[in-house]
Amino acid sequence: MAIKDYLRERFFPHMWCPGCGHGTILNSLLRAIEDLGLSKSNIVMTSGIGCSARISGYVDFHSLHTLHGRALAFATGVKLSKPELTVIVPMGDGDALAIGGNHFIHAARRNIDITAIVMNNRIYGMTGGQFSPLSGPGKKATTAPYMTIDNEFDVVELAKAAGATFVARSTAYHCQEATGYLKQAILHKGFSVVEILSQCPTHYGRKNKEGDAAAMLEIQRDTTARIGSKALDENPGLIPRGIFVDIEKPEYCEEYGKIIERATKRKAS
Amino acid sequence: MSEKLMFVQGNEACVQGALYAGVDFFAGYPITPSTEIAELLAAKLPEKGGKFIQMEDEIASMCAIIGASLTGHKVMTATSGPGFSLKQEAIGYACMAEIPCVIVDVQRGGPSTGNPTHVSQGDINQARWGTHGDHGIIALTASNHQDVFRITVDAFNLAETYRTPVVLLFDEVIGHMRERLVVPEPGALPIVDRLRTSVPKDVDYHPYLPREDGRLPMSDFGGHHRYNVTGLFHDMWGFPSNNPSVVQELLRHLVDKIDTNVDVITRYKEHYLDDAEYILVSYGSSARSAIHLAKNRRQKGERLGVLELQSIWPFPAELVRARCADAKAVVVVEMNMGQVLTQVKAAVDHPNRVFLANRIDGKLITPSDIKGLLRVIQGKGV
Ligand code: SF4
Repeated sequence: MAIKDYLRERFFPHMWCPGCGHGTILNSLLRAIEDLGLSKSNIVMTSGIGCSARISGYVDFHSLHTLHGRALAFATGVKLSKPELTVIVPMGDGDALAIGGNHFIHAARRNIDITAIVMNNRIYGMTGGQFSPLSGPGKKATTAPYMTIDNEFDVVELAKAAGATFVARSTAYHCQEATGYLKQAILHKGFSVVEILSQCPTHYGRKNKEGDAAAMLEIQRDTTARIGSKALDENPGLIPRGIFVDIEKPEYCEEYGKIIERATKRKAS
Repeated sequence: MSEKLMFVQGNEACVQGALYAGVDFFAGYPITPSTEIAELLAAKLPEKGGKFIQMEDEIASMCAIIGASLTGHKVMTATSGPGFSLKQEAIGYACMAEIPCVIVDVQRGGPSTGNPTHVSQGDINQARWGTHGDHGIIALTASNHQDVFRITVDAFNLAETYRTPVVLLFDEVIGHMRERLVVPEPGALPIVDRLRTSVPKDVDYHPYLPREDGRLPMSDFGGHHRYNVTGLFHDMWGFPSNNPSVVQELLRHLVDKIDTNVDVITRYKEHYLDDAEYILVSYGSSARSAIHLAKNRRQKGERLGVLELQSIWPFPAELVRARCADAKAVVVVEMNMGQVLTQVKAAVDHPNRVFLANRIDGKLITPSDIKGLLRVIQGKGV
């Protein structure tokens, strides 16, 4: 199927700014789905609120555009009630880890078979450039005119600690690598997290003097390195990319299936 | 299978009603005094292949049931005051996206943490206006376990009929008191399933284009119609729109689909009402004391009757006006500072004849509490 067959062209043009990384991530995701040959009617995309969350409107899947921070809670209801569906949840950094942080760690803890994508541009774009829990200290934002003093989360470390059984990181610049990780994440049975660094040239880039979209993509290239690479060995200050966790653990819906078996047997006896 | 006799708490009567109506997905979070509903469904749902999940918080529970409703399931959550507050944003989402769901609020004293183990009826207005923005909502209640059972079945039927959240406003006394319950045979009470679209595969399905009767046939997630669901104002495709005429049309629809059906939705009971000179308007556990008093006073020849409301929202204003038209005085009996009183005063022809008999100290209002006030109104002194 051609990529455009996965899009709802009726709803274009999209609302993203020129140069926004989110469109590239959508591209990586659709290529992953195309490579896997998944049926469109078997996919539910659930998102929250923010620039990133609008992604769900543009794709020709069952799409559920929900409340700020709550996408994973809605997705949990979708998945547990119909486990045969493939559930994909793209989220922004504020959406996933500020207002939605509690749902994020608990979805990971349950190891429910959902693919969470954190499209991390380190800023609240839709509301005009406020700092997020992923901005980190020393950044400029409309709510940090004197620089941020808040420390940031490390999405990978947080997901690992919370119990996610597949954790990867890539960037909008490394779009083919991202496609590969997304494919593995979707195939993985359990809660998978793929963090993809994205760029918001309109707010983050302008406030922090990182230049235009092309310059910001170069920053993604130059400040990250594959785990196991020489570059990372020599410069541990770089942000590691790669697959950090890929383990098997009992999946939530399958475990619930066993509860149903036990309960129906008890009832029959 | 025949009918089943049980001796249960009100919370269990609610669970039995939900099972009878066909609930097959429940998400919840522990909170007094509603927790028994979650505990019972954790045991009973998997027995019939249904699903129970204890979520990380009240907000997540509300969100999870909305997700499960979209895959075609009958869904419910249960909570009390503080949890009901937390769920409000997602209840508004269900109003906007028109997702059938049932929310049980077993009321306790508020505001805030309030009086968790004691009775109150303080969430009446919150059930109506707890979430932001204009919207229609249905809220039902009951005063005994047989009615709790039946009204819970009604709640599911109305949620599926009007594609709306329905709130069941019970209270701590009803929730925890034990009483006889007869569960009717399957088929004895009507069960409504949601209308599903007949639009065939590969033909455009418009999820948000109301039929002439205002109803919108649904399509389950996972089926062959793929569409968008959002909490933003949206067009007939479910796609976000801020076009003024789309916004106005949708908001009107959300309000009108409930309010124009107030007569169909209204549930109530009359006790000794026919020739009543004095009328008590009450609901929930307060109505038990009102009915008890009316029965006693009738034996003494006093013409006292009770109008027991079982649907609070949309408020049955015309019913209240008509029934109270000839009364010398109307006393609203409730356990709050007069939340239904305000509605009754607005509904009747003579608001100056409407009085409040209330109790707000966490104790059940008694027949003698009501009798004292009634004597003063009647000019008999205490
Ligand atoms: S504001 Fe930033 S994140 Fe939002 S669309 Fe524009 S560039 Fe992308």
